Amino acid sequence: MMSQYSVFQLLRETLRGHTGWRPAWRDPAPKQRYDVVIVGGGGHGLATAYYLAKEHGITNVAVVEKGYLGGGNVGRNTTIVRANYMLPGNQRFYSKSLALWEGLEQELNFNLMMSQRGVLNLAHTDGQVDMFARRANAMRLHGDDAEIWSPEKIAAEVPMLDLDSARFPVRGGLMHKRGGTARHDGVAWGYARAADRLGVDIIQNCEVTAIERDPQGRITGVDTTKGRIKTGKVGLAVAGHTSQVAQMAGLRLPIETHLLQAFVTEGLKPILDQVVTFAAGHFYISQSDKGGLVFGSSLDGYNSYTARGNLPMVEHTAEAAMSLMPCIGRLRLLRHWGGVMDMTMDGSPIISTTHVPGLYLNGGWCYGGFKATPGSGWCFAHTIARDQPHPIGADLRLDRFMTGRELDEAGTGAQPNLH
Amino acid sequence: MRIPCPVCGARPSEEFTYRGDARPVRPPMDSSDQGAWVDYLFFRDDERGRIKEQWQHTGGCRAWIVVDRDTATHAVHGSELARDAAEGGQA
Repeated sequence: MMSQYSVFQLLRETLRGHTGWRPAWRDPAPKQRYDVVIVGGGGHGLATAYYLAKEHGITNVAVVEKGYLGGGNVGRNTTIVRANYMLPGNQRFYSKSLALWEGLEQELNFNLMMSQRGVLNLAHTDGQVDMFARRANAMRLHGDDAEIWSPEKIAAEVPMLDLDSARFPVRGGLMHKRGGTARHDGVAWGYARAADRLGVDIIQNCEVTAIERDPQGRITGVDTTKGRIKTGKVGLAVAGHTSQVAQMAGLRLPIETHLLQAFVTEGLKPILDQVVTFAAGHFYISQSDKGGLVFGSSLDGYNSYTARGNLPMVEHTAEAAMSLMPCIGRLRLLRHWGGVMDMTMDGSPIISTTHVPGLYLNGGWCYGGFKATPGSGWCFAHTIARDQPHPIGADLRLDRFMTGRELDEAGTGAQPNLH
Repeated sequence: MRIPCPVCGARPSEEFTYRGDARPVRPPMDSSDQGAWVDYLFFRDDERGRIKEQWQHTGGCRAWIVVDRDTATHAVHGSELARDAAEGGQA
């Protein structure tokens, strides 16, 4: 049994030269059979395994991951946590997710560096101010926090912004104070450690090569690079490669795979206390605890599995950064990377049963999966355990596309590169 | 990434507007087959590899073209006018 992390343990290990730390989870070989196999050891897969064990008492669970924990999109995002949606089906879900975030460090006994520093969406036209007021009202009606900030308030709280730009003046902002950032790969490690302690087997460097079904179509197991694993239930949580893995079970999805880039600058003294988004150009920026500015903007815009972006979007992002915060123009970029996003046709995620008995789908997180990690695991575990959607995630079912119940938060229609 | 426009030659990708997979064909406008419409609007094969996709040269000649491009490498293998592709071209 691994011990509980605490300040006393830290002090003891400091005095012993840190010789007493043990691996945070086991490295088991796969068993012959599990009740549930989760494909994908990212944040969502590990959270699902944790809640299956903790909330539903299903502990004979394997999480199979083709790489290593924290190496996928959970470690490649801009770490933003928020619940500032307008459509009820989305807000209900993200609100639950944010509530889970708020108690997560204590629950997992793991430091996630959760920082509720506030998320500020800037409005640059009177129309945007009205739109944000409407969204703020929707959020407050749902019981979440939202404030409309005046340009004067923004000038006082976020002094480094260019508020009076002739092209994109700041007219106001929507402040969501409970939003913020969290240590992204730490979330994977925290869930992994907690799930492992409840008996979940986490099997890394194990790629699923086939999904096996009986003549009636029911799931019977998965074939992996570490051998066959029998199971009656397979949950897919493989953001970025959902289309490919689902195809192994004959599932065709309302998903296109796109490319998103992110950037980190060299470290600075604190200059930005909040997460700030620039609505005139779809740009978001925050400052990490190490001091680097972490930012990103839109998709490159065409289908891609390359995980590396092209230069036009680098230029576009730099232009947005300069429009919003001209003071950062002399900074150098330390790191820059591209990630693979499974974009759905309505811009909202999918947590669902499927027409294949025993196959469950969690995917289509577009570029907003990180903040959803706890809520996604919570709802997906319920869906797998009970064979039906969780009430707060019910609107995220796959069959919404067949029944005209799309959740199109951006209102741009079935064109994934516009969401 | 440069896109070969059949009219203008190789041009930077940011001159173009992306539509996506060229294969889904709109059902007849008077069709009431809901499954066919759902399939056309929402469902995609989303391959990793070479696909045919529609781009419009909005920053140039404004022609719709069909581009043969690899989603795993960004390599572009050719293009033709969408009209030619619809009439049975080879791109």
